[in-house]
Amino acid sequence: MSSAPKEAGRPIRCMVAKVGLDGHDRGAHVISRAFRDAGFEVIYTGLHNTPSDIVRVAIQEDVDVLGISILSGAHMTLVPEVLEGLAERGAAEDTLVLVGGVIPSKDAAALKEQGVAEVFGPGTTLAETIAFVREHAPVQ
Amino acid sequence: MTSAMNLDELIEGVLAGEDRALARAMSTIENRTGQHRELIEGLYPHRGEARVIGVTGSPGVGKSTLVDRLATAYAADGLSVGVLAIDPQSPFSGGSILGDRVRFDRSSGEPDVFVRSVSTRGAPGGIATATSELTVVLEAAGMDRILIETVGAGQSEIDVVRVADSVAVVLQPETGDDVQMLKAGILETADVLVVNKADLPGVDQTITRLQEMLEIARHTPSEAAWEPPIVRTVAERDEGIDGLRDALHQHHEYLAEDSRLEERRRRRHRADLRRLAIASFERQLDREFNRPGGLVERIECVESGEQSPYHLVDELLANWIPESDD
Ligand SMILES: Nc1nc2c(ncn2[C@@H]2O[C@H](COP(=O)(O)OP(=O)(O)OP(=O)(O)O)[C@@H](O)[C@H]2O)c(=O)[nH]1
Ligand SMILES: [Mg+2]
Repeated sequence: MSSAPKEAGRPIRCMVAKVGLDGHDRGAHVISRAFRDAGFEVIYTGLHNTPSDIVRVAIQEDVDVLGISILSGAHMTLVPEVLEGLAERGAAEDTLVLVGGVIPSKDAAALKEQGVAEVFGPGTTLAETIAFVREHAPVQ
Repeated sequence: MTSAMNLDELIEGVLAGEDRALARAMSTIENRTGQHRELIEGLYPHRGEARVIGVTGSPGVGKSTLVDRLATAYAADGLSVGVLAIDPQSPFSGGSILGDRVRFDRSSGEPDVFVRSVSTRGAPGGIATATSELTVVLEAAGMDRILIETVGAGQSEIDVVRVADSVAVVLQPETGDDVQMLKAGILETADVLVVNKADLPGVDQTITRLQEMLEIARHTPSEAAWEPPIVRTVAERDEGIDGLRDALHQHHEYLAEDSRLEERRRRRHRADLRRLAIASFERQLDREFNRPGGLVERIECVESGEQSPYHLVDELLANWIPESDD
């Protein structure tokens, strides 16, 4: 369904999480604000989330979209843990998982194979990201 | 399990306290999807014995940090805790950033703490109705404590916090804003006053001010036999949380006497009823106003001076046939 939040009768709910140990959340802030301005409801969780925290929060907040910002290079261990956690709790199908960060294309392909909907590299514009969310968010 | 969780499964899951069912039930209520009324009706009889605590105060005084520490302390005692973090919606685009989660870093690791961020998007009856209904979900899930955080800004936030049995109003040392906020009628809603950030200068002056304000309030006629205690905390360093718990506990004991708790809850349900009735009435009124051949078409009579608006209202009400609402 490619409806804008207004037409859907409710805003798209997005969680923006930052995993890994590096202390930068500027990217996550920027995307949160852009999502807000696009009319989405953004659950922002700050720095240093663990995969199991992310899964719990995503479940409790019943988000449509989970955006994971990752810079530390540990994406091939952390992201699959999140995907497994969501699947275990029966939420994999309902959650559009996006990954943002510097991810080599081979890894990006592997992550998409495992259930990530899209990987956004440093070159992606905010408008592209928002358009992707609008088009793919599993709004019931 | 996909989005197509049916109503019975949803209710069963909530009663069993399952996170995913709770979350889905809350979305159903927030989104006012078709099932929301049946859901509420299914959960209402199962509301348990939760103590509902409201936490309010100006932006940035440390409400979320405090709620996080309080929830963690309750969880450490084996209590289950539900948290509703109510954030004001950014009116510009309809979107919002719900950022209270950033502070819930300790409690979010506790298996018996369930946190939900809620934006104040338009629900019939307003955010207070939504809050009360989301509280019903947590009550039905058998939570021991329910914490409701909201920014203390205006009447609608006061209504939100009145869903609670006990209200903690949080301040920080010596800011002009806080005094204003108390003047705006928040002091009257406070069962416990918390001066957070007690590590900052000005704590003693702030407490003195508060005592003076309470003193003045005491001389105005009021049935209250309860005097809000003033608690100091440094939420960031986990200091004073026991004192806050004690104060909340004492307030609960106070409510437990002389059926005051029942009175509070009756007040909540009365307010719910009133808001729902108004919302329902408003919808029906709008329908009537848009109905071809309806009374509104006689608006010319008002314009020509043949009839007064009061007269038409009387007629409208005299012929009112209420519809059952969805
Ligand atoms: N010095 C000091 N800072 C504190 C204390 N408690 C919280 N803070 C800081 O105050 C800031 C605001 O804290 P929050 O818990 O987000 O405050 P809030 O009232 O929930 O804020 P809003 O939800 O935005 O209204 C953060 O930077 C906290 O780290 C404290 O006891 N002392
Ligand atoms: Mg807060």
